[in-house]
Amino acid sequence: MQHSVSIRDLSLNFGNVKVLEHLNLDIAQGEFIVLLGPSGCGKSTLLNCIAGLLEVSDGQIFISGKNVTWLEPKDRGIGMVFQSYALYPQMTVERNLSFGLRVAGMPKDEIERRVARAAEILQIQPLLGRKPANLSGGQRQRVAIGRALVRDVDVFLFDEPLSNLDAKLRSDLRVEIKRLHQRLKNTMIYVTHDQIEALTLADRIAIMKNGVIQQLADPHTIYNKPTNLYVAGFIGSPSMNFIHGSVDTGTFTAADGTKIPVGAYDFSTSPAGSLKAVLGVRPEHILLGDAAQGMPFKTQAEIEIVEPMGSETLAWTKVAGTPVTFRCSSDIPLAVGDTVTIGFDIARGSLFNAETENRL
Amino acid sequence: MSQTTTTAGSAPATSGNVVEARGPRPKPFFTPRKIIIYSILIFFSLYYLFPLYVMFVTSLKTMPEIRFGNIFALPQAPSFDAWVKAWTSACTGLTCQGLSPGFWNSVKITVPSTIVSIFIAAVNGYALINWRFKGSEVFFAILIFGSFIPYQVMLYPLVMITRELGIFGSLQAVIVIHTVFGMPILTLLFRNYFASLPQELFKAARVDGAGFWRIFFEIMLPMSLPIFVVALILQITGIWNDFLFGVVFAGTQNYPMTVQLNNIVNSAQGTPEYNVNMAATVLTGLVPLTVYFVSGKWFVRGVAAGAVKG
Repeated sequence: MQHSVSIRDLSLNFGNVKVLEHLNLDIAQGEFIVLLGPSGCGKSTLLNCIAGLLEVSDGQIFISGKNVTWLEPKDRGIGMVFQSYALYPQMTVERNLSFGLRVAGMPKDEIERRVARAAEILQIQPLLGRKPANLSGGQRQRVAIGRALVRDVDVFLFDEPLSNLDAKLRSDLRVEIKRLHQRLKNTMIYVTHDQIEALTLADRIAIMKNGVIQQLADPHTIYNKPTNLYVAGFIGSPSMNFIHGSVDTGTFTAADGTKIPVGAYDFSTSPAGSLKAVLGVRPEHILLGDAAQGMPFKTQAEIEIVEPMGSETLAWTKVAGTPVTFRCSSDIPLAVGDTVTIGFDIARGSLFNAETENRL
Repeated sequence: MSQTTTTAGSAPATSGNVVEARGPRPKPFFTPRKIIIYSILIFFSLYYLFPLYVMFVTSLKTMPEIRFGNIFALPQAPSFDAWVKAWTSACTGLTCQGLSPGFWNSVKITVPSTIVSIFIAAVNGYALINWRFKGSEVFFAILIFGSFIPYQVMLYPLVMITRELGIFGSLQAVIVIHTVFGMPILTLLFRNYFASLPQELFKAARVDGAGFWRIFFEIMLPMSLPIFVVALILQITGIWNDFLFGVVFAGTQNYPMTVQLNNIVNSAQGTPEYNVNMAATVLTGLVPLTVYFVSGKWFVRGVAAGAVKG
């Protein structure tokens, strides 16, 4: 099967600084890939390499089966949307949309047809005569998406397109981008540092750190079966609870001696003998009160801090001497100082090797 | 009790009558701070305006009235005779055609060197920021270093170079030299301005397929009006006021206005005609003055936009 975008052994150095190192990534036709990571992890750099705006130090990039490593951005069959919109300020929306087509010397009626189609898809027909300065942030980003749309390309590149918008607009446009993808079925590569955007939009997420892809998987796997401690801590808000200790085939023993049975855990590599390990549990997988009764592990815990969030409540307590948060319905009355029964099922948790930080 | 605690401490002059604080705080006009600021401002305005005033009124007087000695007095019978003479028939060295040939020489020098230098500098600045090439930083450093070398050092080599090129003593020589000497500061100006424009705009244009010149003319230039105005002002006033390059390289036929003004004022023969000298001076300064008056607001805006950065 032919990949839409294929990155082979890509490296990029700025002087002595290695930004990307021997990176490989295959993206299927019509797939929505999100590159997720903190700032400085190389995700935007990777996108710029794919776009042809940065010259790579080593490796190859294929788009639709064609080696584009040495090609100009315009010849790669890509459209790109930028964080700052990057609309040409002195041109009207219509001229902004048609600029690339005019540069390519396309016939006038074809330009008009494409601009009209993009304007219709994005519902920006009434704005065509305006200058970017007279548009709101959300409208500007639609126009920026439109500029990629008219190029009629196979691959869309998004460089943090929603980061400059306020929270409400961001969630609106997020849905629209998803709708756009369902309608156009183009390959989309989307860079963000916002994990909600990544989890909601992606077919697959590539989590990056220091220029290396840590895990490439669908959102469900990323969230529930993180491949290492970094991914486990990066994804999820509030983040996963970690308890340090050691593990053998049957039990996890926390640093303070608390024993947690791990017989139900789906080991990928069963520990041979005792091993220093980290146990991770997501806050929503810790159950409270009656619900905790049926759990393989349960304990008494004293509530230290309560954070009501409206739809739910976050509570802070200690398990095995380690601070732990858990999430529960906001209907349950909780007060600081209460002692409650909490429990969880290790089958829904994660175990990591404390030295290699990889999933067990 | 409650009323006294809610009153403002700095109530206006009617100190006996306490006013409750409400709305904008009253701003008395005669505070020591304001008096000092305004006195200094007024003093320096007068300091700079008086010479202009003296020049102007003297140019409207007759010679007997000037000999009378009241240089600050208004002219008794204002007349523009001295202006006409300065423009058409005052003697500049051997010829007596007034300043008008010098004016046109200055125009012939200023217009092409301003246009050419600004255009080249704009392209330089754009290329240095957006199309970084190997050694572009070194190239820029050398260019900036050029702006620190005093003109006197280069004068003699430049005479030899222009002589070898066969343009010494012509308008072309002055134009070429002004263009070259405008390059460091103008390139710096444009480079910093282009650096302040968002890089993503340039990237977007490249994805859209536009090349070097297309991005320059269609994307960058329309956004650069403020910095162009600054460059225009710098170049027009700088080149118009130049004396050194004009007197060295232009040749007697092509002396710019500043050189001819000097020749009128310093002419050794006859009695000095102060009214004609003053009129000639005002005439020579008229172009830079007009440029400043017309572009005042733009100038400030452009300087702020092109402020040394990055």
